[in-house]
Amino acid sequence: MTDVLNALVLFANFIFVPALTYGSQLALGALGVTMIYSVLRFSNFAQGETMAFGTVITILGTWGLQALGVNLGFLPTALLALPLGIAVTAGLLLLTDKYVYRYYRTQRSASITFVMASLGVMFIMNGLIRLILGPGDQNFTDGERFVLSASAFKEWSGLDEVLVIRTTQALTVILAIILVALLFWFLQKTKTGKAMRAYADNENLALLSGINPDRIVMITWIITAAFATTAGVLYGLDKGYKPLAYFHLLLPIFAAVIVGGIGRPIGAIAGGFIIAFSEVILTYAYKKFLAYLLPSDLAPDGLVQLLSTEYKLAISFIILVVVLLIKPTGLFKGKVI
Amino acid sequence: MSYLIGENMVGGYGSGPSILNGCTISVDKGELAVIVGPNGAGKSTAMKAMLGMLKLSQGSVKLNGKDITSLSPQARIAEGIAFVPQTDNVFTTMTVEENLEMGAFLRTDNFRDTIDQIYQLFPILKEKRHQYAGELSGGQRQQVAVGRAMMTQPTVLMLDEPTAGVSPIVMDELFDRILEVKATGMAVLMVEQNARQALEIADKGYVLVMGENRHTDTGQALLADPDVRKSFLGG
Repeated sequence: MTDVLNALVLFANFIFVPALTYGSQLALGALGVTMIYSVLRFSNFAQGETMAFGTVITILGTWGLQALGVNLGFLPTALLALPLGIAVTAGLLLLTDKYVYRYYRTQRSASITFVMASLGVMFIMNGLIRLILGPGDQNFTDGERFVLSASAFKEWSGLDEVLVIRTTQALTVILAIILVALLFWFLQKTKTGKAMRAYADNENLALLSGINPDRIVMITWIITAAFATTAGVLYGLDKGYKPLAYFHLLLPIFAAVIVGGIGRPIGAIAGGFIIAFSEVILTYAYKKFLAYLLPSDLAPDGLVQLLSTEYKLAISFIILVVVLLIKPTGLFKGKVI
Repeated sequence: MSYLIGENMVGGYGSGPSILNGCTISVDKGELAVIVGPNGAGKSTAMKAMLGMLKLSQGSVKLNGKDITSLSPQARIAEGIAFVPQTDNVFTTMTVEENLEMGAFLRTDNFRDTIDQIYQLFPILKEKRHQYAGELSGGQRQQVAVGRAMMTQPTVLMLDEPTAGVSPIVMDELFDRILEVKATGMAVLMVEQNARQALEIADKGYVLVMGENRHTDTGQALLADPDVRKSFLGG
């Protein structure tokens, strides 16, 4: 019995909690991509860099607050700086819209033109974040490190294996739930949210109904800024800020969006968790886990790891390709690109 | 002087050739006017010109005596013209009620009454108000489309081929509904492919050919005209 419990705790500690956290971060990032896709009708390749930019501003704000001696007790100070990060990122996105995307919108350019433009925006932001904060890694996590520490868990359960929940992990999941609930409430219940869905559904009819497209586009960018910055900051708090890591997030985020069905918010969330759990489950070494569950003479000698962690990105890529081949509309019947 | 009139309209899309060559269309309150004619005669184009979706090089559009030729479609909608496009005329991923709410987007007053009126006019919509418009049948969708357009409490309702692609039974039902809308005192202008059936219920009919008025008369008179019958109604 204790063996089974130990195996379960092992599973929770090394698979469930990390995948849930990572999935929440992907889901928030993917929601930004899917919102841009449904309203502006293109895949925004600058999403990863947008997340990084929001994080950079939040880090600067955090340092400023720390210099002033302000902190949030056991929570990371970055939470206080997050609104600043969102506001500045929203400003940057609105500027890129004004000087880049608006031109193509008035030209009624093809979707692929927008995608290429967003690729250009991505490279510029890529340089911008390095100009501001340099190419190096930054750690900006402060406050209490654990919600549930190893010793506390051990004392409570008396098991050999421990379940550790870091503050940043709990924070990620809670913030993601709040933001997603807010988004759904906004889209389903408010007049502006409904207008946004109407515009995404049928642009011409929305115009005939008197919906102002400029306003819808603006709100979409602001929501994207909020989701991207929050996702980026949570990822940075959880794993540290590394400029290149944000660029690498682009693939799992796009995989999440497409697995769920592009243009469908619920799909982006489901997709985020599917990608995160697949990555963690397929790259975890099950040696210890199996040793608990199998009779001792059957315990495996090798690591029992399906894929080494270096192949993490390949998992997103394979899922992406398989979904596009078998069910291009994704799980929740999104649009086909 | 008619309530809505497009006079001597000349124009086409963008810099292309002109499709309208001086046609005149008018409709009064409580009247149903129908535009019929062969393919490519400019029927839909004439209606779109009156809505402001293409630029006229000559001619004018007047609503209740006021010149609205230079107004954008949005501004004309605010003036009381409602338009139901031929295709893609509902928000498929939204419920019936949300579709109606979107029709009232520009209204700042309480539009609950208008929704109730539309439910009275189209009882099936009340029954299906929480269903997605995309899940409805063709005829029901058209009712959603007309309902959405009527949410602005317009004085003119323009319908672009409302019966395209629906069965004859549904077509009859839709026409009945349109007559009820007309009876509320609205001016209804309709472009129709099913010319014979449309002229039967029309107060006024326009037969357009090559962007010009060929025949204009009451619906019944046009149906009785041997020339119109021979050329446009198949004998």
